[in-house]
Amino acid sequence: MESWKDNRQVFWILGLPGTFWLLCFFLLPLGIIWLMSFGEKTSITEVAVTGTLVNYLRAFDPVYLQILWKSIWVSVLATALCLLVAYPVAFAICFARPVWKPLLLLLVILPFWINLLIRTYALIAVFRTNGFVNAGLGFVYDLLGLPALFGPFQPLQLLYNDFAVIAGLVYVYMPFMVLPLYATIERLDRSYLEASLDLGASQSRTFLSVTLPLTMPGIVSGIILVFIPCLGSFLTPDLLGGANAVMIGNVIERQFKAANDWPFGAALSFLLMYATFFALAVRSAMSGRKSGMEL
Amino acid sequence: MTTEAAHGLPPARRLSLERLISAEQGPLDYGSRLWLKALIGLVFVALYAPILALIAFSFNDSKRNVVWQGFTTKYYLVAWENQALIEAMVNSLAIALMCTLFATVIGGATALLLWRFRFPFKAAYEGFMALPIVIPEICMGVALLVFFARTGRYMGSFESGPIAWWNSLFTVWPLNLASITIAHIAFSFPFVAVVVRARMAGFNRELDEASRDLGASEWQTFRHVILPFMRPGLIAGALLAFTLSLDDFVITFFTSGPETVTFPVKVYSLVRRGVSPDINAASTVLIVITLVATVLAMRLQRSERN
Repeated sequence: MESWKDNRQVFWILGLPGTFWLLCFFLLPLGIIWLMSFGEKTSITEVAVTGTLVNYLRAFDPVYLQILWKSIWVSVLATALCLLVAYPVAFAICFARPVWKPLLLLLVILPFWINLLIRTYALIAVFRTNGFVNAGLGFVYDLLGLPALFGPFQPLQLLYNDFAVIAGLVYVYMPFMVLPLYATIERLDRSYLEASLDLGASQSRTFLSVTLPLTMPGIVSGIILVFIPCLGSFLTPDLLGGANAVMIGNVIERQFKAANDWPFGAALSFLLMYATFFALAVRSAMSGRKSGMEL
Repeated sequence: MTTEAAHGLPPARRLSLERLISAEQGPLDYGSRLWLKALIGLVFVALYAPILALIAFSFNDSKRNVVWQGFTTKYYLVAWENQALIEAMVNSLAIALMCTLFATVIGGATALLLWRFRFPFKAAYEGFMALPIVIPEICMGVALLVFFARTGRYMGSFESGPIAWWNSLFTVWPLNLASITIAHIAFSFPFVAVVVRARMAGFNRELDEASRDLGASEWQTFRHVILPFMRPGLIAGALLAFTLSLDDFVITFFTSGPETVTFPVKVYSLVRRGVSPDINAASTVLIVITLVATVLAMRLQRSERN
């Protein structure tokens, strides 16, 4: 690798376009809303930057605090469910026959390339009152002859509640959890597991005291990779949660569109961003201690 | 390993090897555990059933779309005749193509910069380049919304002169899509840079030195030594940028105007009104386009590996 001083002309030619683009169309816009978050609305379109902390204080108003809190626990729950399902899946892929591995991995990755909006829309058709789940349940209900006992099948309300949002988040972000888990389990030295079993530990003991600690880096990576997009999600709670399941992303959207309170929206955006950076810092702090966390 | 070979080992070890060899299902043979197989099958069904149902029901001859009523392609025709939907699709494709072009050039240059040079604060610069990948999309979306609203208002305040002329340029298609395209380039070129840089990690730097030693200029070395090696990475990066741009909803939602609607934004407004088979048809078309681009990218990466 050469020093930038050896060939300044090439260095600038290669470096300027990317730097320019990110400065102008990324850092500058973020800077503007950062300043705006310390401002006040003076008219419908005007915002004066006064250095006030009102917008940040308002975020701790019980109404918004409740939404923030809800966003966090919905994300935590979705992340936990992802982990619970993804771990055995990643494990099974790692221990599958070599012929099957690439296909199984491809099946995990493929949904990444399908539009998030379309995947969410697909879930609406599954969950809505006359959707596939209710149609299936109704079919079973009729088959069991229950209408004679309890009257006709009442479809379940599966959409527009927290359940739908959590199910949607798990559905959409599952691949983010499987991949880092797969990467660490694949690197796991299987002779440790063998040794543990040889020395008389049971399968569950081996899993809890050998496999789980050794794959912790992948678990942490997966948790962060799922938790961050869940916390900042806007589309999934919007389409699946409706008016009942509001998360911080939806509040931010409302401030910039319907409510037209840009300073407050800007403050909320930055709170969300600080939370993201905090999660990333936790991850890098943990990767500093433990090796093998590239994903 | 044979059982004879195991006799030289300490008793505990031997026991385990014999167990491994004799038992049909070894203790580490998790892959053949029935419950794991069942679980993985169930997860894949849960992942794919909604999407497959969406595709299948785009061919279903029923408006209510729950029970299969027979095969039809009429909803593709309905979607095709939906002027607004087609316009949105054309916009999306135009944005994706422009974005791909710029993102590939900028991302490729950034990758080469990081691959080739040592410079002060390089780690911080790399972190900065990764920022659009890690920050929540909605934050980037609202920031760009404010940015374009402010610059648009400032530029719009000129009623005559060169800036007014410049503004008038951006009312013409496809330049009226500029703000969405700019936003897409900003979030996709860092991904291109990551892909291209991964490719460059396998480059033998001695080739570069040899080329220079033999008297090739900077440009000749780039054109005939580095670029051919980079090409698969560039193509993969370009296809990634294309699909990222085509698929983006959140950032586009905040940077699009009433005149500049992209396909996902249009589908979003339709979806809010409920499920209907022509949305299924349109979605299926988008899935096919992105999957074809992805399969192409994978093919190219595989063929260059062999």
